[in-house]
Formats: sequence, structure tokens, C-alpha cells
Amino acid sequence: MDLNRRRFLQFLGAGAVGGISTAVTPAEASSVENISDGYGVLVDTTECIGCRKCEFACNREHHLTDLPLERYEDTSVFETERWLQANAYTVVNRHPNPENAAKPTFVKSQCLHCLDPACASACLVGALQRQENGAVTYDAWKCMGCRYCMVACPFQVPAYEYGNALTPQVRKCTFCASRTAQEGGLPACVEMCPQNCLTYGKRSELLALAHEKIAGNPELYQDHVYGESEAGGTSWLYLAARPFTELKFQDIGPEPIPHLTETIQHSIFKFGALPLMLYGMLGAVMRIAKGGHGRHAETTAEEEVS
Amino acid sequence: MAAEISYAPVQRRFFTPGVYVLLALVLTAMALAVYRFIFGLESVTNLTNQYPWGLWIGVDVATGVALAAGGFTTSALAHIFHRKRFEAVVRPALLTAMLGYTFVGLGLMLDLGRYYNIWHPAWPTMWQGNSVLFEVGMCVMAYLTVLYSEFAPIACERFIGRVNLPGRLASWNGIVDRVLRSVNGTLGRVMVLLIIAGVVLSCMHQSSLGALMLIAPYKMHALWYTPILPLLFLMSAIAVGYPMVVFESMLASRSFGRKPEMDVLTPLSAFIPIFLGIYMVTKIADLLMRDAYPLLFEGSFQSFMFLLEMGGGVILPFAMLLSSRMRRSSRMLFSASMLVVLGVLINRVNVFIVAYRPPHTQSAYIPSVAEVLITAGLIATLMLVYRVMVTLFPILPKEHPAHLPGDN
Repeated sequence: MDLNRRRFLQFLGAGAVGGISTAVTPAEASSVENISDGYGVLVDTTECIGCRKCEFACNREHHLTDLPLERYEDTSVFETERWLQANAYTVVNRHPNPENAAKPTFVKSQCLHCLDPACASACLVGALQRQENGAVTYDAWKCMGCRYCMVACPFQVPAYEYGNALTPQVRKCTFCASRTAQEGGLPACVEMCPQNCLTYGKRSELLALAHEKIAGNPELYQDHVYGESEAGGTSWLYLAARPFTELKFQDIGPEPIPHLTETIQHSIFKFGALPLMLYGMLGAVMRIAKGGHGRHAETTAEEEVS
Repeated sequence: MAAEISYAPVQRRFFTPGVYVLLALVLTAMALAVYRFIFGLESVTNLTNQYPWGLWIGVDVATGVALAAGGFTTSALAHIFHRKRFEAVVRPALLTAMLGYTFVGLGLMLDLGRYYNIWHPAWPTMWQGNSVLFEVGMCVMAYLTVLYSEFAPIACERFIGRVNLPGRLASWNGIVDRVLRSVNGTLGRVMVLLIIAGVVLSCMHQSSLGALMLIAPYKMHALWYTPILPLLFLMSAIAVGYPMVVFESMLASRSFGRKPEMDVLTPLSAFIPIFLGIYMVTKIADLLMRDAYPLLFEGSFQSFMFLLEMGGGVILPFAMLLSSRMRRSSRMLFSASMLVVLGVLINRVNVFIVAYRPPHTQSAYIPSVAEVLITAGLIATLMLVYRVMVTLFPILPKEHPAHLPGDN
């Protein structure tokens, strides 16, 4: 009895050490560094006038609503914060400026298309995937509707069609993958923007442009490109004249969101080593415990494992 | 050690007032489930884009898996560590685990937007090994198979040698009997492997369930968000295994008018303070090492729920079960075991719902009445099926005639 109890406790101890050490081991080479330079959009919020034409273009492109363009001139929608929904892939919010009431800041929100997307890491059937060009796309055919992607997204982007009983989808910005696949094609919102607010291009070039702009006008811009390092980097990048937290941007560190879970997952289940070890150990315990009671011998599982 | 144990179907009146209450809950939930499948999740749940997981994931799935831990913990004790005296609780615990995991699947079907795609994770072209949920899903599917294989011999045992099909089908009696014998024989030869596999698979997905919420570091309350969450989930699953067995054994005894099996439950409960203590110490050490303990006094709903979970569900029953006098009292043992069970329930609800605080949220998630009724209905169905099963199959130990204790 004592022997076995001690063994069991030893095993638990080993498990505890294993659990902790895997949890604190830094992740293997960041997958972000190996990711090809995709496309992105630089959003210069200092240029945005809150015309919401990007919302109109997006809704028309994806057949989300058929409101006429004039209806987007209604500024009363800015009274309360609006957020992304199953029928709104992008929304513009107005943030009052405490220093100059006449100059509020408008911020366009949509999926940021992370370089190492938490939603894609979470999805157990690979319905969400990051494409070569940087777009994080969704394949409704694979989706089970578990909504773990929505739990995982640090920016709270994916929305769900809860009202659809049979074929509900996870809904979010597609980065207009079908448009940009064509030569010179732009995302609908970028094409529609009347200001110099949205710039589409290679992410590396956009980053260079962003830092150029900051260097060219350090009084105007915050010295921070949101999305350069947040969550390991995002395809959509932002410039602002005020601290990003004041504009309701999430304060997200540079570590890619999936690192911890993927590190735990891959260190514990690498080659199935830990489960097989546990299997062998339990097999051995079983044989010893049985022998200890002088019962008839039976094959234990160890042989099967090796 | 104890003599070979024999099991028998329970011979008691099936319909009692309690059974009618359960039936009412089942029928209500069935009506609501039909409504959900016709009109969608929006029509019955309070889930939102910010709160995509609610009561069904927190209770039906996460708590369901945790409370089914009695299956692998008793199987490990009786079959791997060879503590034969605990054989009496293995079959009911196995049945609870089998039904528990089956109902986890049913609960999940209700929650999944595209429930008809539930098989997708098993399809190799869709495997996504980075996903914690993928690992959980695969393990649960494998373990469910193991549980049914472990249970099959019990069903076979009931009918081998007395297959008696009605009317014309009677000519099949011989064939069915032979099939049962061969299934029984085959499973018997690999049973050792299955038993160990069941324990390994359980350790794997019980811990992985705890890793699920680690993908949301910026949304989780720091009282619960810790890199050792998977370890804590495994430890609490192991800790709740025996209390759950005690809890339901005593419930079943009471319901069937049998005497509580204190001769098994009291020695079994001696393990509880060990496992519960390991969990308690780890959880407290984790709070201290992460410097998260000041959050206990922030006066928020979260801090209250954490204190409730730890105080009422871990520390109190731990203290109670340290005393062997308490463990011998059926009333105290029942109360303490129920506290541990409730503590794990609160813990899972806390991790999956209370600790989860998403940005861009107007109002917090509170489950709808329909969600609660469906969860209650699932639990009621499980209890009814358990009752049917122990009435049909030899699962509970044969009752000893009062004058012959220890009868062989």
C-alpha cells in the first residue's frame, strides 16, 4: 500500500515539475520571424474625417446592408461606441479630443490580420488560416461553429451569426482577398477612402512609410506604430496623434498570442513522448502492484508501448 | 483483501416522485432544444459576439468532463494500483463517466453552430495540431471509445447465456449469444491496455481543458490566468474524482433505499484530503508566486467568486475530510464530498465565464432561463439514464442479506 501510494505521489510530482517547466520554457523560434512579408494597410487616423465611406464600400462589397450612401452622413451614430458585428466588418468610431473639442479622432476598426493569428491557432479544423498575402481568411465549409476563435482574438474581431439556425458563419473582414488577387486590386474600403487615410501595400514598405511620417512630423504623431509589434505584429497598422489607449486600442504586448498554448501543446505532446511515458509507467505500476498481491501474472502494457 | 465482488441489477420500483420531476425537466429541455435547432442559438441563449461561450460550455462541457473524473481515478486505483477493495465503486463510476462524456457530446451538439460538422476534427485533412481544442476533441473521442469498450463486457455479462429474443427472432438467440461471447472475449484480452489508455487519455484532456483559456491572456482575470492552469485542471480533476464517486453513490443508495456503502466509501475518502491538499497548496503557491493575491481583496465579483471557490469548495472540505471521524459519518462525508463537487463546478464556471472579460462589451453575460433549463434537462436525462442502466445491468454491488455480511 505504502509503496504504491508513494509511487503515485512521485508520479504526480513528476507531472507537476513537467507542467511548470514547459510553461516557463520560452517558445521555440518565433513563427512570426519566418513569415513572408505580406500586404497590409496603414491607417493614418490623423487624416480620417469620419465620413464612413469605408463602411459603405465594405457593406456593398460584402452585401452586408444596402443602405444608400447618404445614410452614412448621419453623424448621430458616433454618440455611442459601435463595434464589429456579423453584418459590420468595419466600423468608424469618434473619440472626443479633450484638448480640442473641434478635432475629435476617428478610428476605423476591422480585423487586423495578425501575422500569427490567435484565431487560426485556436481553430481545431483549420477553418481560419493566414494566407501568403497576409489575409486571415475563413472557410465556412470546415467550420464547426465552436466559436473558440472568438474567445481567442485579443482584438475581439470575429462575430457570429447567432440568428442563423442552419449555416451560421464566423464573420469578419476578409481583406477583400478576391479583389486584391487581381493586379492593382485594392480592398473596397481603401479604394473608396476620399482622404489620404488608408494606404495599401507591402507591410515592410508601410512600416517604413509610417516611421518616415513620424520622423517628418514628430509634433503631430505619437512615436508608435500600432500593429508593428502588437501580438507579434499585424498586417493593418495605425498612426495616431494621441496615445492609442485613449482611442480604445487594446494594450497588447509583442508576444504572439498563441505562443504559450502552442509551446505547452508541442512540448507535452512532442512525438507523444509524455503520454507514452505515462502509459509505460502505469503499466509498470500495474505489474508491480499485481505482483505485490501474489495474484496470477498477466501481460502488462509495457511491451505494447515499446 | 476483500472477496470477489458480485454485481446485480437493482430491483426497486423505477417510478418515484423524484423520477417524475426529472421527467418534467427532460421534457422541458427537449422542447427548448427543438426550438434551438429550428430558430438558432440567438432564440434561446444570451450569447454575444463578446461572450461566445456561456453556461453550456462552462457547465455541460467543462464541468461535465471534470465530474466524470471518477471513472479514471477509480479505475486507476482498483485496476492499476490494484486496491481491490475499491472494486465496488468502479462500475458505477465507469457508468457515470460513460454517461457523463456522452452528455458532454450532447451538450456540445447544442452549442455548436454547425453541429453536423462535429466529426470534422477527426478528418485528417482538417487536423490542426496547434489547437488545444483539437487535442481535447481527439482525446475525448478516443476516451469515449475506451469507456464504451470498458462498459461493453458488463452489458455482455448481463445477456450471455440468457439471450431470449421475442417471437420469430428467437432463432437468432444462438448467433447473438456467440457475438456477445466473442466481443466479451476480445475486449477481455485487451482490457488491460484499455484501462491504462483510459487513464492516460484522461490526464491528457483534463489538463488540456485548462490550457484552452490560456489563448486569451488579455481577457482573463489574473486570479485564474496562470501558465499552470492545465496542471491545476488535472489536479482538480483528480481531486474531484473520489468525492464525485462518494456523492453519487450516496445519492443512489438513498434513492434506492439501500444502505450507504460506508465500508468502501470511508477508506476511499481517505485519499481525498491528499489530492485535494496537493491541489490546494499548488493553487495557493501559484497565487503567491504570481503576486496575484492582492486581487483577492479588490472587492469585485471575480474576487468574491474566487474566494467562494477556494474557501467553500477546497479549504473547507479539505479541513473536514482530514478528520477520520468525519469520514466515517455518512452525513459529513456526503456534505464534504458535495462541497468538493460544487467547488470544481464553480471553478470551471469561473475559468470559462467569470474570469473572461472581453473588450468592447456593453453588458456582462448572464445565462438565459432557457440555457439554464436545457442544462438542468441534460443533467436530469443523465440521472434518468443512470437509473435505467443500474436497473437493467449488473452495475451496483449485490445487496448482502442483512444476516450474512461479506457473503460470497
